[in-house]
Amino acid sequence: MTRPTAQIHPAPQPPALRHRSVTAALLRPQFLALLVLLAINWLLFPGFFTTTWQDGRLFGSLIDVLNRGTPVAILAIGMTAVIATKGVDLSVGAVMAIAGATAAVMVTGGHSAVLAVAAALATGLLCGLWNGLLVTTLSIQPIIATLVLMVAGRGLAQLITEGSIVTFTDPVLIFIGTGAVAGLPTPVVVLIALTILTTLAVRRTALGLLIEAVGINRSAARFAGIKASALLLVVYAFAGLCAALAGLIVAGDIRGADANNAGLWLELDAILAVVVGGTSLLGGRFSIPMSVVGAMIIQAMNTGILISGFSPQFNLVVKSAVIILILVLQSPFAANLLQRRHLKAPPKAQEGDRA
Amino acid sequence: MNRSLRPLVATAAIFLLAYMVAVAQFPAMASTRVLGNFLTDNAFLGIAAVGMTFVILSGGIDLSVGAVIGFTTVLIAVLVMWAGLHPLLAFAIALIVAALFGAGMGAAIYYLRVPSFIVTLAGMFLARGAASVLSPDSIGIKHSFYTTVSKSYLLMPGGGRLSVVGIMMLLVFLAGIVIAHRTRFGSYVYALGGSETSAALMGVPVARTTILIYTLSSTLAGLAGVVFSLYTSAGYSLNALGVELDAIAAVVIGGTLLTGGYGLVAGTFIGVMLQGLVQTYIVFDGTLSSWWTKIVIGALLFMFILLQRLLHSAAPRRRKRLWTA
Repeated sequence: MTRPTAQIHPAPQPPALRHRSVTAALLRPQFLALLVLLAINWLLFPGFFTTTWQDGRLFGSLIDVLNRGTPVAILAIGMTAVIATKGVDLSVGAVMAIAGATAAVMVTGGHSAVLAVAAALATGLLCGLWNGLLVTTLSIQPIIATLVLMVAGRGLAQLITEGSIVTFTDPVLIFIGTGAVAGLPTPVVVLIALTILTTLAVRRTALGLLIEAVGINRSAARFAGIKASALLLVVYAFAGLCAALAGLIVAGDIRGADANNAGLWLELDAILAVVVGGTSLLGGRFSIPMSVVGAMIIQAMNTGILISGFSPQFNLVVKSAVIILILVLQSPFAANLLQRRHLKAPPKAQEGDRA
Repeated sequence: MNRSLRPLVATAAIFLLAYMVAVAQFPAMASTRVLGNFLTDNAFLGIAAVGMTFVILSGGIDLSVGAVIGFTTVLIAVLVMWAGLHPLLAFAIALIVAALFGAGMGAAIYYLRVPSFIVTLAGMFLARGAASVLSPDSIGIKHSFYTTVSKSYLLMPGGGRLSVVGIMMLLVFLAGIVIAHRTRFGSYVYALGGSETSAALMGVPVARTTILIYTLSSTLAGLAGVVFSLYTSAGYSLNALGVELDAIAAVVIGGTLLTGGYGLVAGTFIGVMLQGLVQTYIVFDGTLSSWWTKIVIGALLFMFILLQRLLHSAAPRRRKRLWTA
């Protein structure tokens, strides 16, 4: 929303500018929104910020928000890359279920946990590649290409688990879901590592620039010599890999693979997190750390509703209110309102402006 | 042959082939009883899919239909059981609420210039949330009107029963075909799907048409909710979970291009029937588990998308895309 235009074409910036943008980044509306939400939670529940050290790890509501928000945040990282290329991946929830089911069935079948994790990640990668192939080789619109796996994926996951919830007692898988590293829950550590690695990969190499170029105009990018198809394939495979990782965490958390409910509707939460983070749905402009912040905003909201004693049903209503608010704020309508006192007719849509 | 009829013919041929294979294996499937159940069991999906066809023809997408169906069933149950209204009055109120809801989404899509995908996603959250706020539990509906409706049917030759909801679906499809091909609004929808800019330059009232399209889709989703309520005699906020995906699949299988501007309402009917056939086949077989339905529908979806590409690669034209990659 308030990104400087320089970010759209990230030319090599002088170090001084980069430094200044860090302070500017902290003043973004997303951080303010997160702070306001956390403050509301604190008012509702005075012990919200109390964090204790117990059994070699941190405990507290704040840690809980981080921990619960992690699956969506991990999905959002992959989703950000996909949306930046002007695509969308609807299948991530189903891929989570497939990956969780794969790992659970492998472990209960007597394979080692390392092999199970590798197999689950490989499955996610494969699902992502499948989506990528549909989008690139067959040039199907992403929303439809990934819809195929969204519909069929849950069936596939049930096929793997044979319709039952497969529970396991494998310590390694459970550690991924509920363990702790250096006092922090394992999922949070995984999230932090993934965020740093991905941000470095897209901002310290040309990768981010290439993704943005493809998202803004695929044919122009191709004419400029970018291998758009290969890049898209990588991006979708990465989204599949993130989904598999989130699936492993969710499965480890409940110590079982539930093909029906694992990751149900999480693709929508992930898209919402990306939008809240300020990444444009029309492609081209993206920020991975901001999407993670977006996921945490959503989780802080969920937690707030739970501790305020409202029934969790209000979650959906509040979520939709937030989407509507963001859409109104981001719309040219609001921009016009801010620039001019009185409005003329809404601006003409550009080609491809609507979907 | 008319090029625009090709996908329809392809879908119809595949449906007939699949039906013949099913009949060869289970001769009982050829009876009108099975046909009657086909129509009854898929009535709500069919009605919602007609609305979805218009949305997709215009180049948009409506993810809120399943949630609107769920919300309508809860609203009707609350009005009938708690407020003591007559079901017909409750239906009217529910349809008006659904229509206003759709109009709001259409207005947001046009005036805020947001992709329909994200607006209807918010609509989906809102409708599901509102339904569970109204009542988190399932409410059974006991009313003499419901028993009368569920007992009335037309007897088809061979003992098949054409139920009220089945007839309603057929009527909605007929009305949909007339609206799409015989009214000004219908041609506006196709024009919008072809290219919004050209449509606006040709004098199509884009704002009004966009709002009307989503109003129509939500009203039909509301009607699907009425049918669902008659079909199950209950209101529950989680009713019709994921029906939007089935409806989109039915529209795509029916040969409508997801980029908009190209497709037929009649094709959607075959798409719905093909999905019903898959379900019925799995029930008849008995050894296949229910999750095969999802896999087969996913595979069908993939097959038809592939087919669309092959059929249309013969006539490469630049089209507005929903999500260009």
